[in-house]
Amino acid sequence: MENKIRFTLNFKTVEISASPLKRLLDVLREDFSLTGTKEGCGEGECGACSIIVDGELVNSCLYPVGRVEGKEVLTIEGFRSTPEFEVLRESFEEAGAVQCGFCTPGMIMAAEFLLRKYPHPTEEQIRKGISGNLCRCTGYDMIVKAIKLASERGDGLW
Amino acid sequence: MKEVNKSVPKKDGMGLTVGKPAYTEDLAPQNALTVKVLRSPYPFARIKNIDTEKAEKLKGVKCVLTYKNVPRNIVTRAGQGYPEPSPHDKFILDEYVRYIGDEVAAVAAEDEVTAVEALKLIEVEYEKLEPVLDFERAEGHPSIIHPEKEAHEMFPTGFNPSKNIAAEYHMSFGDLDKTLKKCDYVVSERYYTQAQNHTAMETHSSFAYVDINGRLNIVSSTQTPFHARRIVGEALGLPLDKIRVIKPRIGGGYGGKQALHGEFLVALVALRTGRSAKLIYTREEVFEATYTRHPMRIDVTIGADKDGNIKAIDMEILSNTGAYAEHALTVFMVAGSKTLPLYNKAEAVRFGGKVVYTNHTPAGAFRGYGAVQGNFALEATIDKLALAVGKDPVEFRVQNMIKEGETSPVFKIMGEGTEGVDMTVDSCKLEYCVKRGMELCGWKDKYPRKQIGKNKVRGIGSAIAMQGSGIPCIDMGSAVIKLNDGGFFNLMVGATDIGTGSDTILAQIAAEALGVSTDKVVVYSSDTDLTPFDCGAYASSTTYVSGNAVYRAGRKMKGLIEKAGAERFGVSKDEVEFDGEFIRTKDGRNSVSLSQLSTELYYSNKQKQLMVCESFCGEVSPPPFLAGFAEVEVDLETGKVDLIDYTAVVDCGTPINPNLARIQIEGGLVQGIGMTMFEGVKYGENGKLLTNNFLQYRIPSRKDINKLTVEFAESYEPSGPFGAKSVGEIGTDTPPAAITNAIYNAIGVRVTKLPVTPEYILMELKKKMK
Ligand code: FES
Ligand code: FES
Repeated sequence: MENKIRFTLNFKTVEISASPLKRLLDVLREDFSLTGTKEGCGEGECGACSIIVDGELVNSCLYPVGRVEGKEVLTIEGFRSTPEFEVLRESFEEAGAVQCGFCTPGMIMAAEFLLRKYPHPTEEQIRKGISGNLCRCTGYDMIVKAIKLASERGDGLW
Repeated sequence: MKEVNKSVPKKDGMGLTVGKPAYTEDLAPQNALTVKVLRSPYPFARIKNIDTEKAEKLKGVKCVLTYKNVPRNIVTRAGQGYPEPSPHDKFILDEYVRYIGDEVAAVAAEDEVTAVEALKLIEVEYEKLEPVLDFERAEGHPSIIHPEKEAHEMFPTGFNPSKNIAAEYHMSFGDLDKTLKKCDYVVSERYYTQAQNHTAMETHSSFAYVDINGRLNIVSSTQTPFHARRIVGEALGLPLDKIRVIKPRIGGGYGGKQALHGEFLVALVALRTGRSAKLIYTREEVFEATYTRHPMRIDVTIGADKDGNIKAIDMEILSNTGAYAEHALTVFMVAGSKTLPLYNKAEAVRFGGKVVYTNHTPAGAFRGYGAVQGNFALEATIDKLALAVGKDPVEFRVQNMIKEGETSPVFKIMGEGTEGVDMTVDSCKLEYCVKRGMELCGWKDKYPRKQIGKNKVRGIGSAIAMQGSGIPCIDMGSAVIKLNDGGFFNLMVGATDIGTGSDTILAQIAAEALGVSTDKVVVYSSDTDLTPFDCGAYASSTTYVSGNAVYRAGRKMKGLIEKAGAERFGVSKDEVEFDGEFIRTKDGRNSVSLSQLSTELYYSNKQKQLMVCESFCGEVSPPPFLAGFAEVEVDLETGKVDLIDYTAVVDCGTPINPNLARIQIEGGLVQGIGMTMFEGVKYGENGKLLTNNFLQYRIPSRKDINKLTVEFAESYEPSGPFGAKSVGEIGTDTPPAAITNAIYNAIGVRVTKLPVTPEYILMELKKKMK
């Protein structure tokens, strides 16, 4: 059974016909070819599929598309056109926080969410803030460093 | 050095951060068929009957594969040099299934829902067989896991399937029993390590299509594209000239993608249907049906004289390779060959054991490759011996460990599956690493323990480690450099960047050798049609082996540029110099920019393409070294252990890119920490893996890791590119021993079975109270 579902995707209104139970992750990757959002586990445990829906950080692998009706969805592809992204990207690059990169888009979305909440997060807040995002390549140190760097550089942005 | 020993940003960093399509699944054609695999619910069974008719009739199903309709060629899926040291014991699909998760059949359908539906329609009748689930009872068990007559070894490796033995090896020098008898101090211990899963964030993925020339193209998240081409050809009975393997960006490997997984199936579907076909493993499939670190039982005995000089070492291993023997012999041998040389003054050394088959998920390559398991056992026993002798364990190590300019008889005796090579260690800053590490972690103040409040005790522990840099005399890497108009270069390498940053560091090595800046080098890697051969990303080989090939190619290209400049100026080559931007005569009279010269070479003057190819196959495998220090806090009430601080000082020669080298070490440490403290593996009674998701199988998250301190020693390996050795694996090796040594120093409990659990600590504490 397919429904018409309307929502805002990366600042534009879109409409699709899909089963409301289809995972938002699949809708993004398959229906909109937005492959920046990754699947690492499909069960809400790794954060590779993190996106922002109506200001909240969600795992798109657990999110049925039916629930986004009327909501605002932000993925890495939309976020990358913002000045906040530029600051985060630079900081990630400088801190050397990108290794295989598979966790990176999700990590960046989690960082954005964190910085919106705490523009100057403490170490503890950063550790908590990205604890839902697994990275198997790094020791997380560089990622924490990157987020700190971004919060200093982007002073006033968040 | 301008371009190396410099943290230039990772070449693909920007593209990955913005989320560009880069990984296998991102690149699969939209209309690709989805392949799904029916997996065995039994640990050991024979398929009596399989009926696929209903599945085939389901709308949208394009192809169903079972053992009855696929080629029956026995191979090993292990991505290793040829002939492989792993026995050939795997068919694409077989009438026997040997673990819960083994492949029974595959379906290709228009979409995932249909494929999953079709799997349910396949009717299978199994004859259940008695499984072998306890690896200590596998040898000589009445159930023979590989009864097939085709199974064979490629050269003598101790393969004896009638006894469930996948490999066996023994070596010794000196008279062990006699030497031990003469020792004043002798300690022994038995250790067990678990089946750690790699859990790369990208699951194993591949897709295949037949191109316009009728050739099979496979895009795969593989660490070994050239081995993959060879093995697919062998399994499918296809000539190699009909196959191309391409590796896009990879979301982590750590050894977990050093064997074939979906490639056979997507290839067969593409060939049979003419459609592109993709197979993306679910996380559960990665846990249950790829492979793990080899679980081992390791017995170690070490003896020392009254002054604390180590005289004899004995290491005996029983390794569990699960249902298939990928990397069975070599991982087990590395447990000795990459640990025993650390204590090179021992007069008598014995190493040996067996690798057995069981009906569990197979084991295979995993960062550290046996050295982790061996290091845990050896370095924990060293601590035990130091205590017996009455010495500080770090000083005891320094007294006995290998030093620069020395050698070990083990190097010559043990290679990977074959004999090794004789070598002296020309760069070894282990002593510096140990001393610096002691300073950084505050050893003197903290050893052995400190009471923190009523119920908490802190302890500090140490371990040292070595690895290798490629497999000498076997693994080859090569590089092609091409000069383009406008004065930039293409570097084509078979070397496989699995997220490590090897494309970047190889570009840096090329740039340094050429004298240009790294951004003038555009890299293409790992396409079996377009790039020259490389064994692949394993055995810590890329920086050293591929790096040396790139270095040679860079030097040669520099010579060609100078020669072309000399021809242009009409002088001899010795009179010309290339400084990275301009080619000049030494007298300063003539000069031309590389950009102009290269454009002239294409279009207007003595036209030709400048291109070079160089190869490298190491004669030695210089080991990197690491000293690791762990500080733990043990809660005496709950048994919980927290890791407060981990310090590692590393000798990897020149770090080509210090930033990337640091992540390699940090990432390795955290995987070793995970293995020691978090990554428990549980099976149900029937052999079903229960820890098959991230909820059950917990890898460290940011919350679990406190402080990591990583430093590099100043070191220069004369045989390496610009002094570099490897850095990829060594980070993983020390945490099991250093952390368990720290726990012992804190509370006097020796953990000999990984991972450490609060229950165990509590139980042992209670025992001690009595
Ligand atoms: S893919 Fe959604 S949390 Fe892992
Ligand atoms: S960079 Fe590879 S998983 Fe985070």
